[in-house]
Amino acid sequence: MGCGVTKSTQLQLKPCNRGNISVPAATAMRAALLIQRWYRQYVARLEMRRRCTWNIFQSIEYSGQQDHIKLYNFFGYLMDHFSSANSQRNLVSHMFGDSDLFLDMEWERHVCYKEIEVPDIYTGPHLFFPLTISNVTELVDAFKNKQKLHARYVLQLLGKTWTLLRLMPNISHVCTCKHKEITICGDLHGHLEDLLLIFYKNGFPSAETPYVFNGDFVDRGKESIEILLVLFAFLLLYPHDVHLNRGNHEDHIVNLRYGFTKEVLGKYQVHGKMILKLLQKIFSWLPLATVIDQKVLILHGGISDKTDLNVIAKLERHRFVSALRPLKRRGASARQKDAALEPDGDDELSAGRRRVQSLTHGTPLRFRPEFPRHSVHSESGRTGRSVEQELRERRRLAGLSLSSDSDPAQVLETDADEWKQIVDVLWSDPMSQNGCVPNEVRGGGCYWGPDVSQEVLDRHKLQLLIRSHECKQEGYEFCHNGRVLTIFSASNYYDVGSNRGAYIRLGPDLIPHFKQFQSSRSTRELTLRQSVGRTELSALQALRMQLFTHKSALIHEFQEYDPQCTGVISVKHWAAAVEKVLRLGLPWRVLRSQLVTSSTQDGQGTLDYHHWVNQLSVIQPSTEIANTSLLETLYKHHSNLESIFRMIDTDHSGLISFEEFRQTWKLLSSHLQMDISDKAISDLAESIDFNKDGSIDINEFMEAFRLVEHSRAETEAPPSPE
Amino acid sequence: MADKYNAETIITETQKRISNAFDVFDHESNKTVDVREIGTIIRSLGCFPSEADLHEIIAELEEEEPTGFVRYEKFLPTMTKILLERKFRPITEDLLLQAFEVLDQQKKGHLEPEELSKYLTQEGEPFTQEEMDEMLSAAVDPDKNVILYKDFVSMMTFDDTR
Repeated sequence: MGCGVTKSTQLQLKPCNRGNISVPAATAMRAALLIQRWYRQYVARLEMRRRCTWNIFQSIEYSGQQDHIKLYNFFGYLMDHFSSANSQRNLVSHMFGDSDLFLDMEWERHVCYKEIEVPDIYTGPHLFFPLTISNVTELVDAFKNKQKLHARYVLQLLGKTWTLLRLMPNISHVCTCKHKEITICGDLHGHLEDLLLIFYKNGFPSAETPYVFNGDFVDRGKESIEILLVLFAFLLLYPHDVHLNRGNHEDHIVNLRYGFTKEVLGKYQVHGKMILKLLQKIFSWLPLATVIDQKVLILHGGISDKTDLNVIAKLERHRFVSALRPLKRRGASARQKDAALEPDGDDELSAGRRRVQSLTHGTPLRFRPEFPRHSVHSESGRTGRSVEQELRERRRLAGLSLSSDSDPAQVLETDADEWKQIVDVLWSDPMSQNGCVPNEVRGGGCYWGPDVSQEVLDRHKLQLLIRSHECKQEGYEFCHNGRVLTIFSASNYYDVGSNRGAYIRLGPDLIPHFKQFQSSRSTRELTLRQSVGRTELSALQALRMQLFTHKSALIHEFQEYDPQCTGVISVKHWAAAVEKVLRLGLPWRVLRSQLVTSSTQDGQGTLDYHHWVNQLSVIQPSTEIANTSLLETLYKHHSNLESIFRMIDTDHSGLISFEEFRQTWKLLSSHLQMDISDKAISDLAESIDFNKDGSIDINEFMEAFRLVEHSRAETEAPPSPE
Repeated sequence: MADKYNAETIITETQKRISNAFDVFDHESNKTVDVREIGTIIRSLGCFPSEADLHEIIAELEEEEPTGFVRYEKFLPTMTKILLERKFRPITEDLLLQAFEVLDQQKKGHLEPEELSKYLTQEGEPFTQEEMDEMLSAAVDPDKNVILYKDFVSMMTFDDTR
């Protein structure tokens, strides 16, 4: 084909003196064809690179998420199998008790913003309640100018939001009322710029411009609290026209790992703790879904074959403070044990009693039973009644009739069903094959197929499911024969240039119209090639970090393939070893050209692996740590370590004692089933300059050991040989 | 003997490349890809088919009852043949340059964006507006607002070494 075109264009090229006549049609066509054919090939190659880069980011993200859930499940295991005599278990037990020591009404009094004074020097925005549109606009402008809202106003705003949310049903029903268009936004993840861009393009929320925000407002991005405050402010202004659905990141356990907790504590050093506690409640009170015109279902993650909106509508959503909270499976015998009744369940009866307690807590506002209030500080003495009697009394007060021991079991089963309904809604992802299988990649929820979409939607007489939860390159994507639509509103989610954000406009015809956007001037000015190159660089960096932190495991695997210790292995074995260690499911052979420089391989497709591992140039901190394996554990399990620190830091002070530091490592080593000696930990502690008062600043510690890559050239990557 | 060995190696290597490229778009890890990604896969393996060529190939690859997916078992033999027969060979830098020169009737050494757009969105296998806009964003010199095609071609084909 190539040759053919050349010949004919050459034949047709004649000097032309008649300046204005356009190129002969046949020639123009052939030239155009050539250029088009060439350009489309070019774009396809770029698309391939983009897709590869995408896969890298996504697999690292999901593997991190899975890691986190494994860690949390490990804590659940500790709770299930160890008594309060076990110190490790006690470190985390507070996460599993109802985190509130008071009843809801008590909380309203406890959260007293009134005592917080706003100093005269404060130049940030002021809020006056009830809010007005100009006040809220001021707030938005203030955030645009990087100002911070004073803690007093934050608590005030959050308090009122909480009050409002408690009145809302689990599923909001909205009507387009024959003329309104509803705007639906997906994940925002702390990207305030994207939210502002949406408001700019689409208008602020109002009675004429109703909005649905489909969860994941926080984590990852650095302006999560600002996003929440803006959304809540609009919610208070227009409670009938702004709808918020809960996402899997509206969860304090997830926030510990993904940055929201850190952000709040960093911005609000004095009141951050209180703000976080209040947010915990608010998150649990966020509605779970929105239905438009009884035809379009909007929820964050997805569905499973067991999804039943009638069950979801009736459950008590606020009981599920964290969707990750594992279920307790208790036999009847466990309940026979006699023990003190403590609200944070510091012994084996915790599950059954906790369940009963929360049932009581969960009754509607107008019905408040009186029963002895327990706090951690009360004596652990007997109440004078047996456990059975106490349980029965509470259930009676909760309005449940009871006689036999089997009721608790039934209660537990219903709880299990309800919990599953919620986890499925918040964590599931669609797949293209039929069926419904557990979502092992994320560690929660399901993968559901087109047959399940059809069955569930038809069963509920719905025509479309709109969900978010997954980042999409174009900001949105249909699947399941157009019955499921993913909408994602955080642009540049993985990195600058990685993806666009989008939102939906839905009118009475219920046909979705999409608006895409991408924040940051610099991205828009980049050509396709440049933006692909940049994101690619970033993904490769992330990948090299992962490889670096698994150095010794990699060497070990390589050596398995090199029994003669020649120091060299085939590319095939290299790829197999890398996958075995990292488990990211990436096409290592395709990536090889970008991860392996020519100096470490020869023409025969073999690789000097020691050299290669050493070439993963990552800067280590200058702190001298003799114990390299401990250091490697630290790097490899960086996020887990930080998560544990924050979980142990119960008062959210950002500081932990040396003893707690030690316990953290013990927990981590338990979880990983590896040995970390006390001496090693003491040495580690000594080599770091801790605060004189014997406590460790979590942020400082993590910062001290942050890995940094040798700075690479700022321009796009030079071409590397295939 | 040596020839046979080489031929086998070539085939195996070729098939590995095909497999790798296919896997990138196999989102469910079940050895199927969306039919709409076939063009990208084929092109990324170094081929330069026209849209018409692609339609023909896809017709061959589709199931009797089109599912919207293409299975690897069907794709592999077809693609192996394409690669081994060196169908749809690359367009060289010279050829590309000539094509631009042909369109530059007045031999100005550059093309106006409107000129190029007219040809590429109306002739041959027309570009969509999106494709045209994308190309222009990379091709148009921001100061002079024209397409200096010679520079453009050298810059773009520099990437070919990847």
